[in-house]
Amino acid sequence: MNIIVCIKQVPNVSKVKIDPITGTLIREGVDGIINPNDKNAIEEALVLREKHGGEVTAITMGPPQAEEALREALAMGADKAILLCDRAFAGSDTLATSCTLSTAIKKSGRFDLIICGTEATDGMTAHIGPQVAECLQLPQVTYTRKVEVDGNVLRAERKIEDGYELVETLLPALITVAREANEPRIAPIDGIMEAFEMEIVVWHAGDLDVDKDQIGLAGSPTQIIKSAPAVLKRGEGQILSGPVNEQVTALIKKLSERQLI
Amino acid sequence: MANKSTENGGVWIFAEQRDAGLSKASLQLLGAGRELADILGVELTAILLGDNVADQAIELVYHGADRVLLGDAPVLRGYRTQPYTEVIVDQILEYRPEILLAAATSVGRDLIPRIARRLSTGCCADCTGLSIDTERRLLVQEKPAFGDNLVATMVTPGHRPQMATVRPGVMKSLSRDNTRKGEVVPVQVDIEEKNVITRILKTVKESRKGVPLEEADVIVSGGRGLGGPEGFKMLEELATLLGGVTGATSIAVDAGWVPPDLKIGQTGKTVRPGLYFACGISGAIQHLVGIQESKVICAINKDPKAPIFNISDYGIVGDIYQVVPMLIKEMECAKKAVHT
Repeated sequence: MNIIVCIKQVPNVSKVKIDPITGTLIREGVDGIINPNDKNAIEEALVLREKHGGEVTAITMGPPQAEEALREALAMGADKAILLCDRAFAGSDTLATSCTLSTAIKKSGRFDLIICGTEATDGMTAHIGPQVAECLQLPQVTYTRKVEVDGNVLRAERKIEDGYELVETLLPALITVAREANEPRIAPIDGIMEAFEMEIVVWHAGDLDVDKDQIGLAGSPTQIIKSAPAVLKRGEGQILSGPVNEQVTALIKKLSERQLI
Repeated sequence: MANKSTENGGVWIFAEQRDAGLSKASLQLLGAGRELADILGVELTAILLGDNVADQAIELVYHGADRVLLGDAPVLRGYRTQPYTEVIVDQILEYRPEILLAAATSVGRDLIPRIARRLSTGCCADCTGLSIDTERRLLVQEKPAFGDNLVATMVTPGHRPQMATVRPGVMKSLSRDNTRKGEVVPVQVDIEEKNVITRILKTVKESRKGVPLEEADVIVSGGRGLGGPEGFKMLEELATLLGGVTGATSIAVDAGWVPPDLKIGQTGKTVRPGLYFACGISGAIQHLVGIQESKVICAINKDPKAPIFNISDYGIVGDIYQVVPMLIKEMECAKKAVHT
């Protein structure tokens, strides 16, 4: 099976600081990491390769630093890596990104399955999977876990709000994997060493069959007009005082007066 | 569709249904859509797809829609990307709405980006705020970013329709008014089952009994302070006495103390109960954004400096293993008193 995994390098959001004046991210000193959900995608690809043979190719669109994410994917066990890197890609929203990724995937050759994480921690759109699937006219199954392949049939559990569906479709297809789908392996030391020796293919805008107006800022219908730290909409209430049992009695009385209990 | 032109199709919402009927999130969307349509001076249309769902169409009118596009056919039984995308895209190309909204559910987040890509238009995911810039006649969308640390405000100036998925629980539905008038327009569905490449083999329910969190009126929630799964039993007891359900923070879920469908917050559910009890919850922003629409928040925490006290209406600084049993005891006495 030839499997493509789309990954993204994101700032480590748990370490992120917001500039209180501009409302934008302070990126200095914040590491780039593989979007955690994309590690689930890589893991899923590696498990399928272990079962069915074939090759796993990791692909990402990003600045030169995104190469680190590809090295990590290789260290985990991916066979090949492709970096799409060009100033012309900057400012892309998901529509432009999906176009760029899809064109590169087509160029990379025959594939059976594309695996994406459901969502990235920075943009939190969960758009890339469905939009790449649409560009490539592939069936999509989102929020998957327990993925199985039998010949050209793919079967997976698709997580929905109150349970799951067992979904079946035909390859070639695209799936997005849920966080709970698997436990991503940690790259072994010798994997990390090998990964640094491996060649990463780099494609620029000129290497891809895309129009200028389909990529980057020009290819992005959506615009961010403002960015601000999240502010909660409530004010402080009262902290009760006195012996604890009296506080409890007082609380129940207040809630009862407000007809909440 | 590139190049904004005069779209007269108004504001559309995609209404989701399952065997039990229309989703609450869909009715909330109609509430939001009604407001937007009124500001823009256009019609509000709901598009409803399914098999044998005609009787739900009029409910959409009673909850605010001027018009319902109804696609009723066996091939639409149960959501699948391909047929739903085809039908909706056809209708969009025919009627040219300015705005299309859907709830950010497992269906909405699978469907809406695909439609947006097919139409080469802009799409904003999981919005927590919607408004209209009347000067530029634009939908203004607020959405969380960077793990809920940021709120980004977005517009789609030059492409139509402006598409968005909306976080369930954030908007308010209108009350049902069965005197509201509207038209139900049947939609021709020409898709053959044999041409649909994906099949749903079975659907399995995994949720616990009782009201889903997003619709609960009373929630008793636990976090790190519980220290383990056992403490949730007393939270369940309290919840039952208060006529509610239990919830949890991502800390408690990730630790495996409770199943994932109890998770409230950034990567879980947004709730808007009348009463929310936060027990042993410190109040990290990722949790607070999921509960800030609650009418009244009561917090119990050992740490007087816990951020939860900054947004709670009532706070008790104390050990939950002391305070919660006291609450249970007093509630039980109070109930007995009422019944004697």
